Amino acid sequence: MAAVSDMPLVYRRPAPGEKLPPPSARVGLWAWLRANLFSTPGNAVLTLACAMLIVWAVPPLVRFLLVDAVWSGADREACLASPANPGPGACWAFVRVWFSYFVYGFYPIAERWRVDLFFAALAIGIVWLSWLSAPRRGLGALYFFIVLPVLSFVLLYGFPSIGLIAVPTTLWGGVLVTIVVASVGIVASLPIGVFLALGRRSELPAVRLFSVIFIEFVRGVPLITVLFMASVMLPLFVPGRFEPDKLLRALIGVALFASAYMAEVVRGGLAAIPRGQYEAARALGLPYWRMMGLVILPQALRVTLPNIVNTCIGLFKDTTLVFVVGIFDFLRTIEAARGDPKWATPTTATTGYAFAALFYFICCYGMSRYARSVEARLQRAGRS
Amino acid sequence: MIGVAKPFPRNARKAGSFALQAALVIVVVGLLYGAFINAADNLAHANIASGFRFWNNTAGFDISQTLIAYSSSSSTFGRAFWVGLLNTLLVAGIGIVLATVLGFTIGIARLSRNWLVVRLAGGYVELIRNIPLLLQLLFWYNAVLKALPELRHSVMLPGGGFLNNRGLFLPQPEFKPGFGAVLIAFFVALAAALLLHVWARRRRERTGAQSHTHWWTLGLICGLPLAVLALAGFPLSFGFPQMGHFNVVGGIEVLPEFAALLLALSVYTAAFIAEVVRAGILAVAPGQTEAAQALGLRAGATLRLIVVPQAMRVIVPPLTSQYLNLIKNSSLAVAIGYPDLVQVFAGSVLNITGQAVEVIAITMAVYLTISLVTSLLMNFYGRLSAIVER
Repeated sequence: MAAVSDMPLVYRRPAPGEKLPPPSARVGLWAWLRANLFSTPGNAVLTLACAMLIVWAVPPLVRFLLVDAVWSGADREACLASPANPGPGACWAFVRVWFSYFVYGFYPIAERWRVDLFFAALAIGIVWLSWLSAPRRGLGALYFFIVLPVLSFVLLYGFPSIGLIAVPTTLWGGVLVTIVVASVGIVASLPIGVFLALGRRSELPAVRLFSVIFIEFVRGVPLITVLFMASVMLPLFVPGRFEPDKLLRALIGVALFASAYMAEVVRGGLAAIPRGQYEAARALGLPYWRMMGLVILPQALRVTLPNIVNTCIGLFKDTTLVFVVGIFDFLRTIEAARGDPKWATPTTATTGYAFAALFYFICCYGMSRYARSVEARLQRAGRS
Repeated sequence: MIGVAKPFPRNARKAGSFALQAALVIVVVGLLYGAFINAADNLAHANIASGFRFWNNTAGFDISQTLIAYSSSSSTFGRAFWVGLLNTLLVAGIGIVLATVLGFTIGIARLSRNWLVVRLAGGYVELIRNIPLLLQLLFWYNAVLKALPELRHSVMLPGGGFLNNRGLFLPQPEFKPGFGAVLIAFFVALAAALLLHVWARRRRERTGAQSHTHWWTLGLICGLPLAVLALAGFPLSFGFPQMGHFNVVGGIEVLPEFAALLLALSVYTAAFIAEVVRAGILAVAPGQTEAAQALGLRAGATLRLIVVPQAMRVIVPPLTSQYLNLIKNSSLAVAIGYPDLVQVFAGSVLNITGQAVEVIAITMAVYLTISLVTSLLMNFYGRLSAIVER
């Protein structure tokens, strides 16, 4: 037993251990860099590679778009290489000269105030509907879906008996057409989409079958073929003496196409509403349309608003496709102006595309930021 | 004001719903019938034939890229249809592969711990998603590829290819008789690797012993065909493109239209795939990773065995719809003149024959078939990968 009692029962360190180095900083610039950019050797390599990419791409881009760019001039001479400017950048002078064409197309100059008024009326409608705590939003919806379309038609197409001369759609162009196609698509597709979505969830077999066939057919084919169909086959389907307007054909195609996508988005919203809401509405004795209009749809559309906005972004980008059926939307006016021999320079195409990209990016990015803010708001509302 | 809703008599509701459906059927059938009558009338006035007899008539127009034999003087409209369809499938197939690789890379990069990588990947996604595909396509075609040097100042590529504003010219592999053996060896290796994998799994399930089959698999699939290639005396050579005075002779020619379409489709779809991948990985509950770590799995194994299989279940359905979008978007080819199905068939053939109804119906049927087959496969996958609940 002696051997056991000889063994030490506790371990005591004979001398203090070595001092540890002070912990590395957890705050400050250096610590942030260590944590986020150089945490491991692999990460450091990645960081350096990305930094090199940025150094390689960004300064030449800035130089091309801003520093070396030509801002004014009367024709191509200004944008060609010259002793004064050996490597000219973007030819913004070209955009400046053609700017009003990019906005209005060939809309008569004396009547362009009507287009400006239309833009203003549309802006009011958009702000009214998208600002979630705006006063009288119901009235806003009425304005956007009923008053605005009529007002826009009268303003843009003309109404000779009240002194607005008729402007045929062949003269329309540029941003005007892009906005018209996009807003007609949105204004028409929302109600049609709601009806199709309700039809797809309906208990009536004929209604359901029709909705399913329409939605799946349109979603299964490219927009270009729908536009071709609208522009080539529609004239065949109406009596011979009646030739539908070219822009109208494209609008019908875009509206039908957008409706199918909107229907699926709305259906997603309808599916997200708990069964109890339907049952409660039924229990109150509400008939179908009252139940949908007063209880289900207001909730479903609110839940799915971010998705609706995302569909609108897609639709806005898709408006460029009317290009292929010969309608002068914004992108097509850029393409047309680019071919002007007076402005034929090596940088004209790139400048035109950069300008178009800026326009589409601002519009689409704005919409997507809005969708995200609505989503965040809905999440906050859901949590409380 | 809230009105007092009267309970609906059951019979009245039934009658109402029947009337509604009958009205819908009458309206739809009436519209279709009216359209049909008008179309027949209009076509008769314009002296345009109807029916599908044009399918066997001689096409008489040239196509710039043909994967199967085609000549403007002797081939039929039907042949032109297949040429266009194959061109669509070619650009869509390669585009899907490129977009998947790029999209997964960027999607994973957005979840990196490296601040700069996250910002760059996010910037890519925001920039690309918010600019219309058509604009990007025109940019690649007109501002990038058409701005390349002319034939005389072609850019020489390592390996004997070159690049100019008429396209990309690459060496063409020429297969000599013995090459079939190499292909057979490749498939044998593939089958062997599969069998090995199955055996390893069975053994693991029976005994719990891990067997490292990766290197064996790699060795089999690469080694066996290479060995056969060497044994057969390298029955493979390359035909290099030669630069003439006015054009390029030999080699594989990649049209600038094809390259622009491929670039635009891959870059654009990759941004959407990146978002799908990111959402899929984020959808795996963090508890899963923590549980895997608690079990002692390393980071790589956690990713491979726990995170990826669960993320794939979320990723695959939206990924498929992105693939379908890419296939449908390939119809933008018509804007730059790449001879895809829409450009060849709904463009040239429609213009020559004037038979709009038939031509557009066939074109749409092709895209519909692709979409429907894909969604059937998707449903099948969904059932296969559904969580089996005990």
